[in-house]
Amino acid sequence: MILTQLLQGEPYNLQKQEKQPILLEGLNELNAWHHQNCTEYSNLLDAIGMEPPWYTKSVTETPYLTVPLFKQLELKSISEEDVFKVLHSSGTTGQTPSRIFLDRDTAALQSKTLVRIMQHWLGKPRRPMLILDHPGVIKDRQAFTARGAGIQGISFMGRNHCYALHEDMSLNLEAIIKFEQAHSHEPVLMFGFTFMVWVYFLQALQKEGIKLNFPKGFLLHSGGWKKLQDQSVDNSTFKQEAQQLLGLNAVHNFYGMVEQIGSIFVECEEGHLHTPAYADVLVREPGSWKVLNTGQTGLLQLVSLIPKSYPGHSLLTEDLGKILGEDSCPCGRAGKYFLVEGRMKRTEVRGCSDTYNVPT
Amino acid sequence: MTNTEKLQQTFATALAIDINRITDELAYNSIKEWDSTAHMILVAELEATFDILLDTDDIIDMSSVAESKRILAKYDLRFD
Ligand SMILES: [Zn+2]
Repeated sequence: MILTQLLQGEPYNLQKQEKQPILLEGLNELNAWHHQNCTEYSNLLDAIGMEPPWYTKSVTETPYLTVPLFKQLELKSISEEDVFKVLHSSGTTGQTPSRIFLDRDTAALQSKTLVRIMQHWLGKPRRPMLILDHPGVIKDRQAFTARGAGIQGISFMGRNHCYALHEDMSLNLEAIIKFEQAHSHEPVLMFGFTFMVWVYFLQALQKEGIKLNFPKGFLLHSGGWKKLQDQSVDNSTFKQEAQQLLGLNAVHNFYGMVEQIGSIFVECEEGHLHTPAYADVLVREPGSWKVLNTGQTGLLQLVSLIPKSYPGHSLLTEDLGKILGEDSCPCGRAGKYFLVEGRMKRTEVRGCSDTYNVPT
Repeated sequence: MTNTEKLQQTFATALAIDINRITDELAYNSIKEWDSTAHMILVAELEATFDILLDTDDIIDMSSVAESKRILAKYDLRFD
């Protein structure tokens, strides 16, 4: 399998000419696999007239599904007995959550890919880890929420895990202080979801007048800026506050979807999100669905070589963004680098979201 | 206690299953008791039992009981 080979190597050293053929081969393998094992997916490929061996000639031609399909349909390419775990998107009240069906192989590939990516940023030793959430989020082990799955995945990078919040989202000061006393001068890892880190951790510390000191700390956070923009908090404000209150330098956001867990796009020192060797990003123009050029804003399509137990290897998101370049980021990492600029309004996205999309 | 006995005991405690179920073939994610949550508990218990520090490679490579012996052997532990 292509992904298994790629995982032997580094996440950010494949230049475009090397990466595209490998990625294409991996996506074609997945197209064929899902066509054979998922009825809904094969209906799609049949509908657009793709025939065996389901090979496309370029990554841009890879068929893609929209995210709401995972709410409407039970999309899986494995038998019921092989379902090892089901992930649920958090889904606001009244909305049906996405359901992602995992078998043991795909679950293992998710962990492995995530660890390979994060090793690049954190090194191989596990770090004392402060989880900026409460322990209740991973209570139901058979049916994780997106939040629980994210925390569980990143936990592999940590040791001596400590939850910074109580169940009611208030600061667990006793635990935080104990963690600081034990690990202040070690390279620690802190992880949480952007909005919650801001409101329940950073703002709460400020209110209490507490400054922590983790000179070798690394704050990793994931999630969109939408809710924070409403409070006029942007990435640089977030970073400055975190650096000041936690006494650390490294603050990195990452972007990813519950439908493609393991496949994450980490923000570099320049503030750019980077595609690892195992995944890629395309930008499409809403309406025409044509692939846009570097610098043009449109809807993000994410491809990943991980999803085998469900047909989620090529997905059109509801997020707007633009590609800034490929293999040329000043940080030196190879691969495309991009920005997420917001979310498309639900009404605008509806036109395309209730049905399959056919690449043009 | 031999290292093998210690290992089996540690697995049984961490996964909260009967020690008789701990065979070389037992694989990660093959039973609901050995999922990613239990895996982190297992790693912490193995570190405590054998007084070692496992890195992130060890954690993702530890896909079965047999693999765990191979990995622990890197830390000068012998399993006969
Ligand atoms: Zn960069």
